[in-house]
Amino acid sequence: MEAAHPVIPSDREPEIAGHGPIASMLYEVTIDDQTYQLELVRSEGGWRCRLDGKDIPVDGVLARRDVLSLLIDRKAYEIKRERTPTGLYLSLGSARYAAEVRDPRSLGSRKLRGGEDEGLKKLIAPMPGKVVRVLLRENAAVELGQGVLVVEAMKMQNEVQSPKKGVVQKILADVGAAVNAGDVLAIVE
Amino acid sequence: MFKKILIANRGEIAVRILRACRELGIRSAAVYSEADRAASHVLNADEAYPIGPALATESYLNIPKILHAAKLSGAEAIHPGYGFLSENAQFAQACADARIKFIGPSPSAMENLGSKTRARGQMEKAGIAVLPGSARGLPSPNEAAAVAAKIGYPVMLKAAAGGGGKGMRLVQDARQLGSAFETAQSEALRAFGDGEIYLEKAILNPRHIEMQVVADEQGNTLYLGERECSLQRRHQKVLEEAPSPQVDDDLRRRMGEVAVRVAQTGGYANAGTVEFLVDQDRNFYFLEMNTRLQVEHPVTEVVTGLDLVHLQIRIAAQEKLPLRQEDVRLRGHAIECRIYAEDPENNYFPSPGKVTLLVEPSGPGIRLDSGIYEDWTVPSEYDPLLAKLIGYGSDRGQAVARLERALGEYFVGGIKTNISLFRRILAAADFRAGRVDTGYLERLLGEARSNPDPGQASIAAIAAGLFAVLDSRASASANGSAGATADHSSSGWKRVARFEGVSRTDLGLMARRGSGPSSHSQ
Repeated sequence: MEAAHPVIPSDREPEIAGHGPIASMLYEVTIDDQTYQLELVRSEGGWRCRLDGKDIPVDGVLARRDVLSLLIDRKAYEIKRERTPTGLYLSLGSARYAAEVRDPRSLGSRKLRGGEDEGLKKLIAPMPGKVVRVLLRENAAVELGQGVLVVEAMKMQNEVQSPKKGVVQKILADVGAAVNAGDVLAIVE
Repeated sequence: MFKKILIANRGEIAVRILRACRELGIRSAAVYSEADRAASHVLNADEAYPIGPALATESYLNIPKILHAAKLSGAEAIHPGYGFLSENAQFAQACADARIKFIGPSPSAMENLGSKTRARGQMEKAGIAVLPGSARGLPSPNEAAAVAAKIGYPVMLKAAAGGGGKGMRLVQDARQLGSAFETAQSEALRAFGDGEIYLEKAILNPRHIEMQVVADEQGNTLYLGERECSLQRRHQKVLEEAPSPQVDDDLRRRMGEVAVRVAQTGGYANAGTVEFLVDQDRNFYFLEMNTRLQVEHPVTEVVTGLDLVHLQIRIAAQEKLPLRQEDVRLRGHAIECRIYAEDPENNYFPSPGKVTLLVEPSGPGIRLDSGIYEDWTVPSEYDPLLAKLIGYGSDRGQAVARLERALGEYFVGGIKTNISLFRRILAAADFRAGRVDTGYLERLLGEARSNPDPGQASIAAIAAGLFAVLDSRASASANGSAGATADHSSSGWKRVARFEGVSRTDLGLMARRGSGPSSHSQ
């Protein structure tokens, strides 16, 4: 979900007679589940924005780090960016979008989707903390929503629940273990 | 008056107290664990003393270390805040033994009232209505089951030393009792160092309304009006307001008078809160007394015009209360949102971590009591309360409108917070009509949510691309300029990635490299 670093502008600023250096940035942007083709064309010190083939005049200011102000058709938008261990997010008013930015010309940047075996579900630690109890043994039957482990963080104990009905295939954390956000705690089959 | 006060706490409440100290011309001494060296309360205090490792039992809950810091500092008094040692009678006694004034009630009043089980018994004797339940702590799930069978399910398990929803579990039937008892006990032990559990008959969808009292050490006790605290998740308060939309003058006077009797029965001095459950017929039952400053004290401050921390300090310094009951007047309306580091999209799991971006609201009718700042890392060892956002106005509608406006301005990036939850609550018709009870929030959260405006997604897409361009330009410029760091996440950004817009519609986005005050010459 990480933003691919686009190629540095100087790598692709072809000289066009009479226009000075021109850079065209082409991105594939995914906002939640929808993917857009976005072209940003630099010309004489400015940028032109084309979203899915449609020209949109945009006036933008980076107001401060991670805060972008856009004026589009006289409407004002303030977009805030968050880069977290779990991905890139953009907030606009009360909406928060998961965002992914790819440079289609860069093969390595395409994120591999899926990867989780059919039928196998991982129980992921949602935050850093400590495993205080393991509620089920390996090979135990488990219901959808049943607690498998208890993780404590910020003085609260939280059950990590099974995302499906099935069998606990593996427990990967012991009582007392410190875990980080994203660690796999158990696998349910 | 004291010359120096040690604040035995952290986070927003430590900041709140040291602000009061500064206003009263008193020097403040902070204490901090290893996880909190850079915390807001340390940065803002006049003095600061390390008290050990991150683990609270080895620092903020460690009485000898805190008293040692107090002696080193020469503080004449200790303010315990809320949580940690604030309701620990042993600590209050240890302060007295060390000839340091504990800003709160006497150790004996704390013992009388602080133990929920003892307080229940005492109030019952004094003729104050309490809920049916166990008069004493329950040593085992079996004894809990016996009491529960007698009074009938559902029952509420509670920590005798408790507060803040910790060690509390609603039990619907006998089969759930065993595991709920163990969870409640272990949570209580961790949170308060005391695993005593008792139980009470659970009232279905009651309102949780509490009364602020304040008593000086000369025996004068006043009530300062109620707070509506029914909006809870997992028995933890989320939003509080004063006055309660469900309390009229008559009910307020009756609850207030009972609250004053509770405080007097317990021999109470300083600021405290009497909690009541109110049933659907507006009968109210004594739940417990919190022998400390409450998290939600600001809403009372706003509507009474009184500063409760100033009053606490003055009372501890033997001053008499500066007003009588008839001088207490409620004006306007105030609502507090508890901003927690937790993820509303993921079952409200705690979300500690680095605050990468912080935009705080301000303007008319807004008060923000915060303990965080941008680039600070919220530690995982402590309570997830980050800040309290209070909106107030001449009436409830104006308070709600201001709060909604402020929530729109508020942004905490890098970690998850429950800010979006408050937008939802404030927009809900039942909340706006004041129809809330302790089950309301869970019901609201069970309802389907409307999706955010899809038209905005394309704006987000444009922004995502522009951010990416800015990243590349920032790193390109940073690499190209002598002495510049390659870190474009912070200083590099400000220095070289300045983007200026002009209103030329044909060109759209304009970029001027290195313009403005933050140019390469730095």
